[in-house]
Amino acid sequence: MSEKVLMKGNEAIAEAAIRAGCRHYFGYPITPQTELAAYMAKRMPKIGGTFLQAESEISAINMVYGVAGAGYRVMTSSSSPGVSLKQEGISYIAGADLPALIINVQRGGPGLGGIQPSQSDYFQATKGGGHGDYHLIVLAPASVQEMADLTAHAFDLADKYRMPTMILADGTMGQMMEPVSLPEETTSKVEKPWAVTGTNCEREHNIINSLYLVPEQLEKKNFERFEKYAKVEENEVMYEEYMMDDAEYCIVAFGIAARVSKNAITAARAKGIKVGMIRPITLWPFPKEAIAKAADKVKAFISVELSMGQMIEDIKLAEECRKPVVLCNRTGGMIPDPEQILKTIDTLIGGNN
Amino acid sequence: MVVFDKPKALTDAPLHYCPGCTHGIIHRLVAEAIDELGILGKTVGVAPVGCAVMAYDYFACDMVEAAHGRAPAVATGLKRAMPENVIFTYQGDGDLASIGMAETVHAATRNENITVIFVNNAIYGMTGGQMAPTSLPGQVTQTSPYGRDVKTVGYPIRVCEMLSALDGPELIQRVAVNNVKNVMAAKKAIKKAFQNQIDGKGFSLIEVVSSCPTNWGMTPSNALKWLEENMIPYYPLGVYKDRSAKEVK
Amino acid sequence: MAKVTFKTDICKGCGLCIEACPKKLLVIAKDKINKKGHSPAEMTDQSKCIGCAFCATMCPDCVITVEK
Repeated sequence: MSEKVLMKGNEAIAEAAIRAGCRHYFGYPITPQTELAAYMAKRMPKIGGTFLQAESEISAINMVYGVAGAGYRVMTSSSSPGVSLKQEGISYIAGADLPALIINVQRGGPGLGGIQPSQSDYFQATKGGGHGDYHLIVLAPASVQEMADLTAHAFDLADKYRMPTMILADGTMGQMMEPVSLPEETTSKVEKPWAVTGTNCEREHNIINSLYLVPEQLEKKNFERFEKYAKVEENEVMYEEYMMDDAEYCIVAFGIAARVSKNAITAARAKGIKVGMIRPITLWPFPKEAIAKAADKVKAFISVELSMGQMIEDIKLAEECRKPVVLCNRTGGMIPDPEQILKTIDTLIGGNN
Repeated sequence: MVVFDKPKALTDAPLHYCPGCTHGIIHRLVAEAIDELGILGKTVGVAPVGCAVMAYDYFACDMVEAAHGRAPAVATGLKRAMPENVIFTYQGDGDLASIGMAETVHAATRNENITVIFVNNAIYGMTGGQMAPTSLPGQVTQTSPYGRDVKTVGYPIRVCEMLSALDGPELIQRVAVNNVKNVMAAKKAIKKAFQNQIDGKGFSLIEVVSSCPTNWGMTPSNALKWLEENMIPYYPLGVYKDRSAKEVK
Repeated sequence: MAKVTFKTDICKGCGLCIEACPKKLLVIAKDKINKKGHSPAEMTDQSKCIGCAFCATMCPDCVITVEK
């Protein structure tokens, strides 16, 4: 790990991507991820890489598809409305089993929504997003340090499993400045014999494709892909447990919501209420087992989200409705404060007594 | 001595195209250009969505299947990652001039160093004969059953004329495959479009006016006559832009 | 002497080669059906073939090989 530098979250992602061997970036301007593209525009030409401002998000993700097909590390970044546009390409990338990284620095929606932070693309990110049966590995950083670390990790996971990965951040994560130790320089450790680099007239031609007109073949392909997803679920779940040893109430929160929740936990514990937190770092695969285990001992879960309540459904599924799960949320670019979380806990205690 | 045989850049897979469909001729011309330039080993093709969707099975080079209209963006990614490789797209009129118009125009204006083969047969073939951006005024299709009414759906798009207004592209040329003479001229143009890429000259698009006997409802030979009498007058053949030429028509 | 060979199995009987032949030497063999169910094109008089390859130039399916 290098010396700490002060960076914005968006810039930390960009620099971490470069250090992970990414030399190709395609994007389209949108708030609140602009610093990321600006960073790439400055750096890429100096290191022999590609920065290209595409004509649309759709084009950008298809340029990503091209580079990924050639076997090189590649990324694009956007914010919610732009990520909606990318869904076509993301589905093709998933369907062609290509590694690529997509960054979503979320803002409020639906529609044009607003430009303030949000987590309301949770469903879109974790359930597929585009058409067809597929998943992305979705990583949710809660600090500028994690913006950098998870970017490097996301490239490794993408290569390892030949699938698209996503950093699901939000406007605060993108804009905030914190000291960060940037990851070491690396590059892909995985051979890519499937890449379309030219046959050199020495092998059969490679084809990057997601079309299978014979339904038996498409079904088989989907089954195989879901076997791969099962391995991801088995091996790649990441989460943080915070003060869960003696917790009677369990907050589940990711990203900025988890940071606010930590303050609420400190305040609750000062009042003698035993609150802890499970912070999913991978939103897909979701830390189901950790939640299920917590359900054995806590009285209730509080899902703290910057949305109308999306992750709450996964919490209920994971703990199989054994304990109540309540929502503590703000939306549209608003952020819950510790007082609101405390109030939710107070109401829960009142309700339970 | 063999004077004419199937080019090496085509695989042995039998083409799925309808009898008399000129896609087969155009595939062969692309393959001949690849063979003659000796670039089979470093060429990567991008197939469209449309009748030529399975072109990835027919070309012996590495291939990528793109989403509908996105081939120039995919080719941009490939070329930026592998500037030493030769990248071409093969697209129909719906793919290139309707859903993929933005990708086409911007790849052209960037002078992206790729080769684009644009097959214009004035109809959506794969989906059963719907009106295309290049369907002629009055042309009857499944979705213009009373003939293309320019008052309500507008006029056909002349891609070469439009793109040649841009400063970016290197070569914009329209050819046809309705007879031997035109096929030979088409071959020359396609080969030049690949040579331009090898020479680093930039975006070269060859529009190939072609036929769709099945969806036009004609015999293959009548379709070629219809092409000559109706398509070529609306889509005149020629070089629309050639930045390297001293004199441009 | 010129010689044209047809890969009859992959011929779709579209007839574009017939139109292209300057000597009008090609016909559709109406009495034959290949395994794709098409009546293929065939040469009527090999001795008159001039090996111009016009037929092969217009063939969409690479059915025809021309030798000289």
